Amino acid sequence: MEGVLSLLSAFFLLIGSFLCLSGGVGILRFPDFYTRMHAAGVTDTLAATMILIGLMLQNPEMLVIIKLILILLMTLFISPAASHALGQAAALNNLPPLVNVQIKDLEKGSASGDKTSKS
Amino acid sequence: MVIAATLAILVAMILAVIRAVVGPSLYDRILAVNMFGTKTVLLISLLGFMMGRPEFLDIAMVYALINFISVIGVLRLSDAFNAKHNGQVADLVKRDP
Amino acid sequence: MRHKISLSIILIVFWLLNSGHYNYLILALGAASIAIVVLIAHRMDVVDHESQTIHLSLEYPRFGLWLIKEIVVANLTVVKHIWLGNKTITPTVKVIKASQTTDVGKVIYANSITLTPGTVTLGLVNDEIMVHALIQENIVALESGDMDSRVSRLEQSW
Repeated sequence: MEGVLSLLSAFFLLIGSFLCLSGGVGILRFPDFYTRMHAAGVTDTLAATMILIGLMLQNPEMLVIIKLILILLMTLFISPAASHALGQAAALNNLPPLVNVQIKDLEKGSASGDKTSKS
Repeated sequence: MVIAATLAILVAMILAVIRAVVGPSLYDRILAVNMFGTKTVLLISLLGFMMGRPEFLDIAMVYALINFISVIGVLRLSDAFNAKHNGQVADLVKRDP
Repeated sequence: MRHKISLSIILIVFWLLNSGHYNYLILALGAASIAIVVLIAHRMDVVDHESQTIHLSLEYPRFGLWLIKEIVVANLTVVKHIWLGNKTITPTVKVIKASQTTDVGKVIYANSITLTPGTVTLGLVNDEIMVHALIQENIVALESGDMDSRVSRLEQSW
């Protein structure tokens, strides 16, 4: 039983780490603010869930598990509110989103995405 | 395994800091700082487990709340909520082909 | 009144789960804090059917399970596009209609959209939601109305 639990925990932690790294790469790699927001969303939702579940499986104490669940719930409730506030602030202040056509233009010319997304 | 996860989160935090320093617009920076904050919550929990002191979870919980409030506070400062709503939303949509 | 009782119960459970110490002094301090919080919330007039959605609480678990499945699928898509690179993404902004009638329902719908990676709500005016999507298929999936009808069902269930 112990072995199975620690193996499962290691599995979840591994997936969580990979998703965290992916989110970090995505926030550097994507061409404009709005697309980067999706990359940050990955680390906010599934990566946090996986790492916290991995930690839950490490410790059988009830109080600790409940605290981890509370942290998870808080993250899941807070992160959409924060990213909606951020996205709305950017949209209302006229930060133009890159849409499909602009990306194809970018590929023809060699301008970087960062320059177009500057308002 | 906990150590590996801690290292991965540290790397992700470094990437977020790079975006916060480079990021062309104000919103990129706020986004990076927000992501840095959520990573910090995970890092504190992992460190607590690594040192065998799960009491750190209380601090992580408080940090999650502070992180949220700080993002909303910075957005207030950046005057987002004074902008007129309807006209600009329509403008944004018109750019969509 | 129902809503104040529900808020008190939530706060009591939150305190008991978080403290872990159960002697009289700590419990008295907890009771005092909860009383003050409920009093302030009452004076701010924020305790109503919008902040305490007890009429929906029976339906939340089923919707939550479905949402978790959606979140996992959407996450895998976004991670795939992160590693495939910028040429594979097709960012789109579009206004979609929300069919919910109450404010709570609209907020739940908009929050579900934001919580699913790949789609972010940029604005909510009356019954129009402006959505930014990482790839075009996400918008198509939203317009097909699966999530919309599920939230509507959740909202009408009471």
